[in-house]
Amino acid sequence: MPLLQFTDRGIYCKRAGIYIDPWKPVDKALITHGHADHARYGHGHYLCHHHSKPVLQLRLGTNIEIQTVTYHESINVNGVTISFHPAGHIIGSAQIRLEYKGCIWVVSGDYKIEDDGLSGAFEPVKCHYFITECTFGLPVYKWRPQKEVFDDINHWWQKNKEAGKTTVIIGYSLGKAQRIIQGLDTSIGPILTHGAVENINQALRNDGVSLNETIRVTADFNKNQLNGSIVVAPPSAAGTTWMKKFHPYSIGIASGWMGLRGARRRRSVDRGFVLSDHADWIGLNQAINESGAEYVIATHGYTNAFARWLNEKGIQAGVESTMFEGELSEINEGSGGKAVNDEVQN
Amino acid sequence: MQRFTRLFNELDQTTKTNQKVEALVDYFQDASEKDKIWTIALLSGKRPPRSVNTNFLRAWAAEVGEIPDWLFEESYHVVGDLAETISLIFPQSQQTVNRSLTYWINFLKDLKTADEVEKKKQVIGAWLQMAPYERFVFNKLITGGFRVGVSQKLMVRALSRHTGIEENKLAHKLMGNWQPENIDFQEFFFSDNPEEDLSKPYPFYLAYALDGEASELGDPSLWLAERKWDGIRGQVIVRDQKLYVWSRGEELVTEKFPEFGILKDKLPDGTVIDGEILAFKEGKPLSFNHLQTRIGRKNVSGKVLRNAPVVLMAYDIMEARGKDIRNLPLMDRRDKLEALVYEANCRDVLRISEIIHGKDWDDLAHERKSSRKYNSEGLMLKKKDSTYKVGRKRGDWWKWKVDPMTIDAVMIYAMRGHGRRANLYTDYTFAVWDKDRLVPFTKAYSGLTDQEIREVDTFVKKNTIERFGPVRSVKPELVFEIAFEGINKSTRHKSGVALRFPRMHRWRKDKPASEANSLQDLYALLEP
Ligand SMILES: [Zn+2]
Ligand SMILES: [Zn+2]
Repeated sequence: MPLLQFTDRGIYCKRAGIYIDPWKPVDKALITHGHADHARYGHGHYLCHHHSKPVLQLRLGTNIEIQTVTYHESINVNGVTISFHPAGHIIGSAQIRLEYKGCIWVVSGDYKIEDDGLSGAFEPVKCHYFITECTFGLPVYKWRPQKEVFDDINHWWQKNKEAGKTTVIIGYSLGKAQRIIQGLDTSIGPILTHGAVENINQALRNDGVSLNETIRVTADFNKNQLNGSIVVAPPSAAGTTWMKKFHPYSIGIASGWMGLRGARRRRSVDRGFVLSDHADWIGLNQAINESGAEYVIATHGYTNAFARWLNEKGIQAGVESTMFEGELSEINEGSGGKAVNDEVQN
Repeated sequence: MQRFTRLFNELDQTTKTNQKVEALVDYFQDASEKDKIWTIALLSGKRPPRSVNTNFLRAWAAEVGEIPDWLFEESYHVVGDLAETISLIFPQSQQTVNRSLTYWINFLKDLKTADEVEKKKQVIGAWLQMAPYERFVFNKLITGGFRVGVSQKLMVRALSRHTGIEENKLAHKLMGNWQPENIDFQEFFFSDNPEEDLSKPYPFYLAYALDGEASELGDPSLWLAERKWDGIRGQVIVRDQKLYVWSRGEELVTEKFPEFGILKDKLPDGTVIDGEILAFKEGKPLSFNHLQTRIGRKNVSGKVLRNAPVVLMAYDIMEARGKDIRNLPLMDRRDKLEALVYEANCRDVLRISEIIHGKDWDDLAHERKSSRKYNSEGLMLKKKDSTYKVGRKRGDWWKWKVDPMTIDAVMIYAMRGHGRRANLYTDYTFAVWDKDRLVPFTKAYSGLTDQEIREVDTFVKKNTIERFGPVRSVKPELVFEIAFEGINKSTRHKSGVALRFPRMHRWRKDKPASEANSLQDLYALLEP
């Protein structure tokens, strides 16, 4: 029997009696990161990286039973050695490594290769079995270096300011928002935040993470406070009356889906910036090569195509369906309007 | 071409007309005269001829990108646009070189005569010099599929701001058969050429669909009503004893309608008539299908001429005795038109679009109901004192269409959208009941709101029965009211019928699939 199996509750390690990112309530859950499709409600015990804790508590309540570890710290459960390794996806995100009798499995969770300066640099982990995401597992998805994207964003902000407009940038409140905030050129103007974003910022700051200064947009927010500022808001805020406060404004979205013209036009925003917290085509291939895995299991995203590609390259690969919302986030991201859940990762 | 690429991107990303005009004005400020001419040409639909077969392009891109064919296909289904897929699959460039739009257009013209090996070398060399989005625009130029979301009207508005020349005058200059290769920007726009091209048509005046009640238009005696003919809008020009026929797409179609040849002898020089080109037989218009059989053909055979002869159903006149009379009131123009048509006396090719009389709006509404009998789409309402305007304008001319026919149908297949809807299932196939079997009879992909599309998309993804490439068969559960403008017998379709302009009118969430209409209901709508 393989060390890990896919069950209707989630990825299961029978030997250790634990699940990884389970989507139905279980007793013991290892959590790769705090996005809603990976860290769900209702488990008996949670184990995650210590930077994921404030986010889990914010989202699931402070009364959950939660234990934390640092990267590389090993835990032994019934002969299975478990450790967490940086995944570079968002703050606290981890790949989870499980070893039993010399056989090593790695569950990637979500990951990206480029170091964003916040999430810790992705670390290749040697293994026999690699369970990878492939949200952007097609060769049309290739990211530019984030420096270039942030230059574009800052340039756009500057231009808007000169034209007397407020700048609104949309990104998921956990991960993308903080990454944007850190990439902004604060000499241009103040950074304002939507409540959903600021709640996360606050939780992270309380945990010792240092972020650029931000100002929460409250109900009594006054237009005079705008002068050339940029507003960081989650996808659920786009198109709501909340946005009226910022008139006149120019609105942009930062997301990997913005790499396709169709998605950009569909969102009908002024600008689409291609910025993702997932690995692009090149990154996925690189991570798989560096893992040295003999067998790869593709989950959420373009799984079939990606597995076939790997098989043709001589790397054995299969597909497992999960409740991770690769496809759901595709719906929300690709289609404009209100996202079902603004924590769904991109 | 980086500046042009930026313009394309700006036009592509905004739906606001002001921003489009701004972007164009900025561009005209920056661009060289030659690039400006080419940009105007491209935005007017004058594209360079296709120089390379798209199958080659995709093969070359996949080869350099080291992507197997099936993965290219898979990517193409997701992206929804071939030029874009190629531009993204291609490896990222190490170093980009900025050459002018004119440079690349000349490059493409030279390419046309090259052999395949040379073409491959040249195109890959070009791709290597470009950033992905520039590559995409370039691919659009190569494949001849260049289209931008900006109307001629907006382009003219921006050009007017740039040159200081009146919009009307510009629109007129830009119609007709000009060739961007042979044009000098200054000369073309700033010199008054007395030898203006004889063939030059006037911009068409286009009506909006009436959105409210006709009675809101006020006193019916101030309005002229006529049938809204279901053919091709055409402009017939006789000048210097030569005949020119233009379609609304600003295409010179004289050759396609040899029947009109006789008009150069029957109409005086300096005549420009606006009307509808209709397939017409035994005193009656034929359905649009008949006309369609002629449009696609290069050569019009004797058989086609016999089966689908055309007439011009004239309804306006812009030029009489060499004088531009667009500023005369409609009824005065109409008098002149009627006199000319009467004198020409060739009813088998030139007819006047009859005025439909009614003492009040109810009367006219009654006439409108009978439209289908005349193979017409409804009534046109035109203010009697209206001048002949340029482009689509509100107020004086209205299309008062008949209500569409409708049928409740079950969705059974869904396909991914293209372009901006590439991530969603947006194109659906619908079926009606034949006893206990569902028979597909039409596809439709418009009419739903973005919100509804997302709902249907989620349903499709959760209720897939089978996948065939980009198509999924889904559980037959959702019922939609399909609206359409016409229905004809068709041997090419399994259902035996073909619809005109089908679209989703309403999502019948209140109806289970079992209550959708039947094939018999559909047949009952066929013309007797
Ligand atoms: Zn995920
Ligand atoms: Zn995630």
